[in-house]
Order: sequence, then C-alpha cells, then structure tokens
Amino acid sequence: MWKYIPLILFFGLVGFLARGLSLDPSELPSPLIDKPAPTFQLQSLFDSSEYNPESFTGEVWLFNVWASWCRACITEHPELEKLNKIEGLTMVGLNHKDVLDDGRSWLNRFGNPFDTVVFDQQGSTGINYGVYGVPETFIMDKKGVVRYKHIGPISEEDLNTILLPLIEQLKAEQV
Amino acid sequence: MVNRKQQTVVHVLLIQVCVMLFVLLMPASSAHSAETVLKFDSDEQAALYLRLTEEFRCLKCQNQNLADSNADLAQDLRNEIYDAVINGQSRDEIADYLVARYGDFVLYRPPVKRVTYLLWFGPFVLLLFAIIGGWRLISSKPTITAPEPSEALEDARRRLNE
Repeated sequence: MWKYIPLILFFGLVGFLARGLSLDPSELPSPLIDKPAPTFQLQSLFDSSEYNPESFTGEVWLFNVWASWCRACITEHPELEKLNKIEGLTMVGLNHKDVLDDGRSWLNRFGNPFDTVVFDQQGSTGINYGVYGVPETFIMDKKGVVRYKHIGPISEEDLNTILLPLIEQLKAEQV
Repeated sequence: MVNRKQQTVVHVLLIQVCVMLFVLLMPASSAHSAETVLKFDSDEQAALYLRLTEEFRCLKCQNQNLADSNADLAQDLRNEIYDAVINGQSRDEIADYLVARYGDFVLYRPPVKRVTYLLWFGPFVLLLFAIIGGWRLISSKPTITAPEPSEALEDARRRLNE
C-alpha cells in the first residue's frame, strides 16, 4: 500500500497542473455578484442629464465599461450591436477614463450600441465596480442586483452561450 | 599673468560648484520624477501607506504589488489608498474597501477561510505524510539479512578443511 503513495501524489500533482493550464488567470471572480450595483451619479456623454443605478430600476440592464483608447473594445463592438437589438434590455455604456470628445467621436465612428452613455473621466466609478481590464461588462437584474460580470471583450460564443440565456432568464424574473 | 591665474582659479571654482550642484540635485530630481512627493500628517500614516501599497496586488499585472507597478490602475489605487490613509482609515478598513471591489485576489496574503484551507494547511499535511513515511522507513527491519548457509557453501567449507 505505502509504495503507491508517491504514484498517487504524482497523479494528484499532474491533475492540479492540468487544471491550471485550462484556467485563465486574468479572469477573477467578482465579489459584486449578487450584490446591489455600486452606486454612481454620472453625467451623460452627450448632454447634462444625470444617471444613477436607480435610473434603471425595473429594467434588465447591461453595463459596459469602454473607452476610446481601448483596442479590445473595437473587437466586441459587433456583439454589443447585437445585444442592442434585444427587446427589454437597456444598454448602458460607461465611458471610462476618457476624453469627452474622443468618446463621442469613437461612437460616431463605430456606431452607438447604447441607450445611455455615462461619462467618468476620473475612473472612480470603475474602481467602485472593481474594473481592472477594459472592456468589462456587468448585467444587472430588475432589482439592480449584479448578476454577471464579464472581463475582456465579449465574443460571439460568450454572447450565445452565456449572455443571451442569462438575459432571457432575468427578463422572465418578477420584480 | 596674474590676471590669467585668477581666471583659472575662477574656472576651477565654477566647475567645482557645478559638480557639487549636480551631485546634490541628482538623487532629489530622480526621486521627483518617479512620483510626486506625497505629504502625510504623521510618520505612522506614511508607514501605513507604504505597507499597504506593498500588501495589495495590482490586478492588471498580477505578479506586482501596487508599489511596484506602473500600470494606470495601480496609480489610481495608490491614490485611493493615499486618500484613505490621509482620512485616517485603518488598515482593515482599506483592505475591506479593496476586497469588496476586487475580491480576495487583491490581497497578496490570502485570508484563511474554507476555500483556502488546502492552500494554508496542505503543506503541513504533506509534511506529516513525509514524517510518517520517513519514520516507517527508518524503523522498519533491515531487509538485508545474512545469507542462509547453503549446500554449496557447506561443500566449499568442507573442501577447504580437507
């Protein structure tokens, strides 16, 4: 029995290492999941109207953190356009640590997939949302609770396998 | 002649002053360029700030702490920590603030809780196994025993005695 111990330990180690290979170290679990969306009070990118998380209470809303200096944001832009077509989903963009005119011209150039875009030059809202890599996407339910966080650009696969089913589920939930 | 000698002395003096200024200003200017100098109300606050920036991880560049990292995010978080320290917040309050936003991973030293039991106590379990294994190895009876007297050996002895 005792002579098999090293063999068992060896395969245990191999198992851990194999698992480690398939994990993405940049994807960290967010402590915000199932917590109320952190509050903010931000001005629109386009006019002087102000928004906070309560502005979207009663709606399923997607909160996408983007910037004109962010290359990966261009990659995920087509997926945001697809999300924009979903009925009953409010698309909110957070223009993170950007210059007002740069943010506006980025949307003009690629198209604006958002219903509302709020502007945060200082990036303090980003800190409250634990943003460390732009783009990041949060999905909030009708009560304003964070239900999902996606780090990095949304791929077509992410959209079809994770986001769409979750959004349908959240839409069906009663407030 | 005298005039020229005076000139040389003045030149040498000028060079000396330049070198002195250079030596005196060099370390100061390099320290300034790295980061604007932060002002604290007390030495305790400065020490806390330094300790905290070394204690938290920069999530953008995960193998660096906030003090080491040049990433934009690290600078923002250093500013947050600075403001919190100046406002008199304690280490635990600041840690809670960061963990609530970025998760346990922001701590270089992971907290002891159920998901990290294996991480914290696993090595000691392995050590226990090693001690038990080693003890068994040492205390077990030696496997090399004297060869049994065989017929061939008896035969050889008999021949020698002949």
